[in-house]
Amino acid sequence: MMDVGIVSYGAYVPRYRIKPEEIGRIWGVDGKSMGKGLMINQKSVPSPDEDVVTIATEAARYMMARVPEVDPKDIGAMYVGSESHPYAVKPTSTIVAEAIEATPNMTAADMEFACKAGTAGIQVCMGLVGSGMIRYGVAIGADTSQGAPGDALEYSASAGGAAYLIGTEKIIAKINKTLSFTTDTPDFWRREGQPYPKHGGRFTGEPAYFRHITSAAKMMLEDRGTKPEDYDYAVFHQPNGKFPTRVAAQLGFTPEQIQYGLLTPEIGNTYSGAVPLGLANVLDHAKPGDRIFVTSYGSGAGSDAFDITVTDEIANYKRDNAPVLEKILSKTIDLDYGTYAKFKGKIVMPE
Amino acid sequence: MREVAIIGTGITKFGELWNKSFRALGIEAGMKAIGDAKLSGNEIDAVYIGNMSAGRFINQQHIDALVADYSGMATNHIPATRVEAGGASGGVAFRQAVMAVASGMHDIVMVGGAEKMTDLDDASINAVMDATADSEWEAEMGATFASLHAMIAQRMIHEGTATREEIASVAVNSHFHGAFNPNAQFRKAVPIETVLRSGPVATPLGMFDSAPISDGAASVILCPLEDAKKYTDSYVKVAASAQASDTLALFQRDDITSYGATVAASKAAYETAGITAQDIAVAEVHDVYSVGGIMALQDLGFYKKGEAGKAMLEGQCHFDSGKVAVNTSGGLKARGHPIGATGVAQIVEIAEQLRGRAEGRQVKDAKYGLAQNVGGTGSAVTVSILEAI
Amino acid sequence: MAGVAREWREIPGRYNLKGTKCGNCGKIFFPARSFCPVCRRASVGKMEEYSISRTGKVFSFSIVHEAPESNSIQKPYVVAMIETDDGVKITAQLVDVEFDQVCIGMPVRAVMRKLSTDGESGVIRYGYKFVPVE
Repeated sequence: MMDVGIVSYGAYVPRYRIKPEEIGRIWGVDGKSMGKGLMINQKSVPSPDEDVVTIATEAARYMMARVPEVDPKDIGAMYVGSESHPYAVKPTSTIVAEAIEATPNMTAADMEFACKAGTAGIQVCMGLVGSGMIRYGVAIGADTSQGAPGDALEYSASAGGAAYLIGTEKIIAKINKTLSFTTDTPDFWRREGQPYPKHGGRFTGEPAYFRHITSAAKMMLEDRGTKPEDYDYAVFHQPNGKFPTRVAAQLGFTPEQIQYGLLTPEIGNTYSGAVPLGLANVLDHAKPGDRIFVTSYGSGAGSDAFDITVTDEIANYKRDNAPVLEKILSKTIDLDYGTYAKFKGKIVMPE
Repeated sequence: MREVAIIGTGITKFGELWNKSFRALGIEAGMKAIGDAKLSGNEIDAVYIGNMSAGRFINQQHIDALVADYSGMATNHIPATRVEAGGASGGVAFRQAVMAVASGMHDIVMVGGAEKMTDLDDASINAVMDATADSEWEAEMGATFASLHAMIAQRMIHEGTATREEIASVAVNSHFHGAFNPNAQFRKAVPIETVLRSGPVATPLGMFDSAPISDGAASVILCPLEDAKKYTDSYVKVAASAQASDTLALFQRDDITSYGATVAASKAAYETAGITAQDIAVAEVHDVYSVGGIMALQDLGFYKKGEAGKAMLEGQCHFDSGKVAVNTSGGLKARGHPIGATGVAQIVEIAEQLRGRAEGRQVKDAKYGLAQNVGGTGSAVTVSILEAI
Repeated sequence: MAGVAREWREIPGRYNLKGTKCGNCGKIFFPARSFCPVCRRASVGKMEEYSISRTGKVFSFSIVHEAPESNSIQKPYVVAMIETDDGVKITAQLVDVEFDQVCIGMPVRAVMRKLSTDGESGVIRYGYKFVPVE
């Protein structure tokens, strides 16, 4: 199989923010200490005119802007992973593909696997590109996730996404290996037609998040014959700041290794966007030869692990053709809970 | 081409006329005009009606047939034609009727303008107004009809050709006159502070910069000028009726602080009438938003660019100022703006002025009067000039 | 509920600012036209697809306080006339902006946003809005 990897990437996070203390103020909870416990200082909120389609499109456009030499017509597949696709039936991916002018000679589909649908899309693209079926594939993880009012999830569920152009030519980061660990574990779900997800409380921890991530990560380290210290950066799924910090420590990664890949404390849990965004921030800082360890997690449940090496090509990469995450996250507008509730459609409006 | 005269006028009260239907309003204006022209009604051989959107306001298409039927014209099976040109529907209907008489095709023609807006809720009414701009590339993008006018005002202020106060003074002038017009929707003068402090609609324009939602109808009767004396001693000559077009969307134009269609139509009208802007004593202009009044006074040639606002603010547009009197009926702002009726109501006011019947607001010794009616953001403009006989 | 085809056929303009350029006089039009209003018959068969620039400057603007229902959640919001780098004007919303920062001449760029929806169950329409260039 040919070397397969990341040819380009782009990230997008809406500008609005709300803080845990503001949410707690409404529900009679000490939001500040809640935020401290979860290691969440604020979370991103989509504008009323933003959804997974617009977030995925902006990320994909940034991705394409950095590789002006790539003809969008050479994209053979588009997969958008999300648990908040605007339509229950009608793909997000076709809209995004149209918006970057990749249509019509291509395949497209939407993916859903709780928080790991974005990395699942990367795996699918790797197979299609590696087998020579297509020249380039696009995998996007994006969400405008919902937390029920007053629920613990409301303090973290946020919005954002990142897009990856997967190919074999001029790759800026080679994906040396990917593998997954998958079981039937009902830790978090949302039934058809329900506005908010439900979760198993503390059951979402040990048997779900921690078991799957550590299993996939250990399999990867064993397969590659590597140790945590062989990596410059590590990115773990980040439903809050606490879980990835703890799982990194359990596996033997240092706080420095996860620092750039951990955005949740400043933007909240972007679900399918979380690991793709964390990896994007790492790539914003990466140099040739850097090695990156990535493990996503999706409830239900599964983890995708990736072993990635940054190539010399990143020196020629036109990263500045689109804003890096640090810049995207630098301009924010704080919301009060009332405006947040209005933006998120939590207020019943007249017909 | 024959010369044409107006031998009768009729108008209803404008306003929120909850107990009057579209049919009732149309008949009332038409019967007043027929009575004024001292006709029986049997002499009329064609009807033109200006109506913008009965289809959306009262869910009734085929307004031509409705009017012919309820005005008794259908019993004679005379031709009835409904004309739509956004806010210029009435003005264009009038011009079609003038052409019909001038050409010799018809002798006695009735022109009606009518709109029944208040049968619909406010949000839907605004959506109908927005659709007179470019529905797909302005309204769908979130631009309201008010915001398009607001962008014109913003640009004027930026270019230094009008101040916010000068723009607001158009509404003050209209309200000043509305107080004297018994048929006006608002019969109360307002100070400029009221306009400036009114709730924002689309900045910099507020509620008092905007014409209201109104019901109403107006009508005039035309005949060949040479026959006018057979019917009445009080008639006026139609010295010109011109019409011009422009792009549907405002953004398609290089300059948005002037309506090219007003300039073109007024040039044609002055030429036909054999006069200049300086000969006009009284004018009805389309102040659907206050800023429209500033543009009109400049585009019609009454004032140079940048000077109309000052004149308006100084009260030089009052009926008794000795300069061209503007919107003596109260304009769209105070008289009211039942859209399809507006263009015809303007003709009624000018005719009344030239016949010396504009009690309380009469412009002295007026020989020529002008009416400017606008559709969309200057996409269709009619300029008609009437002459006292 | 409006039919879906009316918006569907405008997707190239809505998503990617596809206009046309007259092959005869070189004038650029947005939205696309099949006929050049300047050259008229001489333009027949010579109109070429042209993607207008996604960056430009505010030519004029207004903050809309009385909004149609489809935009009521967002009001007040900014509507602007943008002059793109090609010199073409386009009317669109200006979002993610503080009202007191908006001014004529402000540099802006196009983004994809939701324009409107046909109620809770109808189709969602997407297209261009503009944001400040930072």
